Amino acid sequence: MVDAALDQSLDHRAATVAARRHFLTRLVIYGLLVVFAAIYLVPLLVVVLNSFSDQQEIARNGLISLPRSFRLEAWSQAWSTYCIGGTCEGMQRNFYNSLKMTIPATIISTTVGAMNGYILSKWRFKGSEALFTCMLLGVFIPGQISLMPWAFILGNLGLSNTTYGLIVIHVIQGISFTTLFCRNYYVSIPDDLIKAARIDGAGFWRIFRKIILPLSSPILIVTVIWQFTGIWNEYLFGVVFTSGQQQPITAALVALTASGTNVRAYDVMSAAVLIGALPPLLIYLFGGKYFVRGLTQGAIK
Amino acid sequence: MSTLTIRSLRKNYGTVEVLKGIDLEAQNGEFIALVGPSGCGKSTLLAMIAGLETVTSGEIRIDGRLVNSVAPKDRDIAMVFQSYALYPTMTVRENITFGMESRRVPKPQQDEAVKRVAAFLQIEPLLGRKPGQLSGGQRQRVAMGRALVRDPKLFLFDEPLSNLDAKLRVDMRTEIKKLHHRVGKTTVYVTHDQVEAMTLASRIAVMHQGSVQQFDEPATIYNRPANMFVAGFMGSPAMNFLPAELSEEGGRPTVALPTADGKTVGLSVVQTLPSDTPRQLVLGIRPEHIYRSDPDLQRRKPGIAQIDAVVELVEPTGAETMAVLRLGAKEITGRFDPDGTPRMGETVTLGIDMARACLFDPTTQRLI
Repeated sequence: MVDAALDQSLDHRAATVAARRHFLTRLVIYGLLVVFAAIYLVPLLVVVLNSFSDQQEIARNGLISLPRSFRLEAWSQAWSTYCIGGTCEGMQRNFYNSLKMTIPATIISTTVGAMNGYILSKWRFKGSEALFTCMLLGVFIPGQISLMPWAFILGNLGLSNTTYGLIVIHVIQGISFTTLFCRNYYVSIPDDLIKAARIDGAGFWRIFRKIILPLSSPILIVTVIWQFTGIWNEYLFGVVFTSGQQQPITAALVALTASGTNVRAYDVMSAAVLIGALPPLLIYLFGGKYFVRGLTQGAIK
Repeated sequence: MSTLTIRSLRKNYGTVEVLKGIDLEAQNGEFIALVGPSGCGKSTLLAMIAGLETVTSGEIRIDGRLVNSVAPKDRDIAMVFQSYALYPTMTVRENITFGMESRRVPKPQQDEAVKRVAAFLQIEPLLGRKPGQLSGGQRQRVAMGRALVRDPKLFLFDEPLSNLDAKLRVDMRTEIKKLHHRVGKTTVYVTHDQVEAMTLASRIAVMHQGSVQQFDEPATIYNRPANMFVAGFMGSPAMNFLPAELSEEGGRPTVALPTADGKTVGLSVVQTLPSDTPRQLVLGIRPEHIYRSDPDLQRRKPGIAQIDAVVELVEPTGAETMAVLRLGAKEITGRFDPDGTPRMGETVTLGIDMARACLFDPTTQRLI
């Protein structure tokens, strides 16, 4: 009886110690996480706060200070009236340029990637593996290397300084990635499904439409997010191959900061940066969950 | 009417010869089992019949029509896969109608066919479900439903039971046998399980290293295996092989076996041997043809030969007991009734049914 009671109290004490230790470890872990999160978030916070501040106030108190006022004026200026390089229509044209470039380029490169992946995984032919390896090279070749060839090609196609030119570049540069993603995903779909469908009388396209595509949503979400953010945020090709009103927003943002007025309009710049960052941010916000899921999950559970 | 004829069929992958001249034929309504260890080429052969693999040389005819280069969908076949290969995003109903949709069968006809097959396989309650919501046995049924709905010339089964647990496998085996009786379609069935082949098939093709070792009825395959491979592959526990020497005792041919005490014992051969029989032989005895010898047995079975052996190990399975017996330097397995099981360490006098024994030529491995 006594022994049992003693054991029980010992057990109890050991349990309390373990619980306390567990609590302390958790505290340290979460504390560190909060610190790192803050480090990442502070710059964003500064930009957000400045975009709602008054320029004079920023000039008086410096970039890093809590705002006294709340104004939306910088946003509307950045969107529609601020002068960049002589034209005073804000970022809106460049924002639309970016949309007009990113949406078609994302759709086309994802579609082509899905087709390529389907063929390279389910309809292999002599040399298809070699072809795939060649396409993979595109993943590792930096954009700078292809600047000259692209200049030559766009010049010959008459697409210099157009959004269409950028679409062509992004579709072709993106195919390596989309093909890699889709092919690796489709490899995990059992070949027996394709065989069964062939016996059932379905052909190349019907198998793709009815069997492969319905299984594809995880990987298509991944490729769309990847392509959209990649193309939207791309700067090099935009700044090299377009100018002025044709520029996508990333290139225009730099033009804005470099435009030669005396006073630096930090409020407008902050708002412009945020406008430029909003679409990919929203995409991640809504699609991030599927992005991780799609990257880690196979085709068939 | 539907027949399958295969003549000197070959398949190479680069320089690797996977099938080395296969000859097979299935009469109308026959159930052919292709059986063999993994890598013997049986699944490749089935895929070639289905049109999923190209033919290197030789010919495949379905109902007399050469189909070597006919697309799978135009061969009028249906196939059940080991993985079932059900389309995961479609319901059971859509899985079953997919083939008819592809062939543009009118909707009312489709509904009729689904109703018929679902009733036949008792899967009506499952029609609205997705494959992911089905158990292994249910998936198996749906896979068969998808094949049945077509009313094809030829049914092809690729190891359809190997993904099921042991009990369900036996149940589904019975189901498939019933199904074949009712439908009566010509069927080719690939399996690595010799029991499945024995129970289901009207004829079995035993394959090994890309060629057919023997193609015959199950009883013949079991009782008169063409060579040592077939003899060893069909039957579990496997047939015992004992090296023996041919001699003569009282004008009758006997095989001499070495015993534990260094002597030899002659077992008289029942069958008549051809004159060119080699002196060195391999004696093949199935475990169930080894008995405990007693006077009654001698009376009942005339071909019994007696030999002493030491019991090394006893493995009871319930219905019967396997015993590992030492015979000279060799170990053999015997299958005994649980009542008359020998005990470990005991020396027993065995009665070997020489009328059921097989003799093989050790160099060619062929049956004598």
